[in-house]
Amino acid sequence: MFCHGDWSTGLSLEREELEVAIWRGDATGGGFEAFRVPAQDSQTVLDVVAWVQQNEDPTLSYRFACRVGMCGSCAMMVNGVPRWTCRTHVKKVLKDKKVTVAPLRNLPVIKDLATDMDPFFDKWIKAAGVHHPSKTRDDPIEPVDPSSATRLEADTGIECINCSVCYAACDTVTGNAEYLGPAALQRAWTLYNDAKDAGQQTILDAVAGNGGCHNCHSQGSCTLHCPNELNPMKAIAGLKRATAASFFKKRK
Amino acid sequence: MIRPHRSHPLWFAFALHRVSGLGLALFLPAHFYLLSLALTDPVSLDSYLALAENPLVKVAEFGLVFLLAVHFFGGLRLIALEWLPWSGRQKSLAAGAVAAAFFVSGTFFLQAV
Amino acid sequence: MLDMRLYMLQRITALIMAPLTLGHIAVMIYAIQDGLTAAEILGRTQGSLAWFLFYGLFVVAVSIHAAIGLRVILHETLGVKGAALRLFTWGVGLVLLAMGGRAVWAVTVL
Repeated sequence: MFCHGDWSTGLSLEREELEVAIWRGDATGGGFEAFRVPAQDSQTVLDVVAWVQQNEDPTLSYRFACRVGMCGSCAMMVNGVPRWTCRTHVKKVLKDKKVTVAPLRNLPVIKDLATDMDPFFDKWIKAAGVHHPSKTRDDPIEPVDPSSATRLEADTGIECINCSVCYAACDTVTGNAEYLGPAALQRAWTLYNDAKDAGQQTILDAVAGNGGCHNCHSQGSCTLHCPNELNPMKAIAGLKRATAASFFKKRK
Repeated sequence: MIRPHRSHPLWFAFALHRVSGLGLALFLPAHFYLLSLALTDPVSLDSYLALAENPLVKVAEFGLVFLLAVHFFGGLRLIALEWLPWSGRQKSLAAGAVAAAFFVSGTFFLQAV
Repeated sequence: MLDMRLYMLQRITALIMAPLTLGHIAVMIYAIQDGLTAAEILGRTQGSLAWFLFYGLFVVAVSIHAAIGLRVILHETLGVKGAALRLFTWGVGLVLLAMGGRAVWAVTVL
């Protein structure tokens, strides 16, 4: 498979190796393929995948861009758990020097580790997770009070990098194809609390439909696995509260 | 086997809520049928009720009361999560719901034996 | 699959049942002492408007609650949807309502 001489500095003859199982295939099916990858210090899961692609099989497909946890493109299932691979140290996830890497759950596979993110982003639009302008260019800018309750609430969700880790972690998404999912609903909740967004009612209507926030079972896998430690479960609970309040108001 | 992304307390709380709900829903028709025997066949109702003296039936009853209690307390936690101001102590609350369910069903069991 | 209307029905029936369930558990713990007999149960409940309303409301709420709950499970685990799912939901609700109503009638009215 690979030659020790290429990697050894000459000092250590027996370099440690990782046993890596990488999922190969496409939309029609596939399976795990085993690779041996030299262990290195501060090695990330993305480093391991890149090493395999550069040294073992150039046809291995995967997606990444920034490598510093900002762009949200490199999420994969690592030992069955969705993770941002560029900021996941192999050492932290190794089990007996073994690690498995697979494409994200709940999304169609394009090839190998690359999934089709279209359904994920389509649901952001469906959840009204887009800016609804409140002013024209001629109006003065809406002041945002950073200490207001709504701003503090919105702040808890704005660091989302759209990596789809929460979407892959969510079993409600697995069982219910229409369900908008944690990321899209958290975005909707963030905009709902944004002083510069004029779409409050639009948002409530968008998240109260068939695949809306009311399908959430509060399993909390989204919140547990979010790499930025955001809390989509709390955001979705906020939407449930807001829609229930507006439901009772309309009845009066 | 529980898949790795699911092995955490709140997912188990969800699973318990689903399984208990399903169990109760499946038990309800039998429960209703038995009670309506009072109308149609009081003698066989009494013979069914006499079965409750069997220790196995007592354990099964304890199980049913546990399902009811854990669905009740777990459900209260979910409604509080959704409709009351957010609390970050969901894991503790879920554990508390299970403990309360054991307390209630345990009390029932001690009265039954 | 669960829209606003079904969600509110599910939660409101849950809240209606909360005190009823507590009462039901209390009665069970009280009644199970020294065993159960039909005469004991019927002596407590028959001809009582209060028990009729208590368990009548309980049966209505649980029929709705269980029908929606089973609907969610059926959709999420077996992928049933559309008209079949609607039919299932109504079927479960009506069967539970009929059986439960008959049971309440049996132990409180006659």
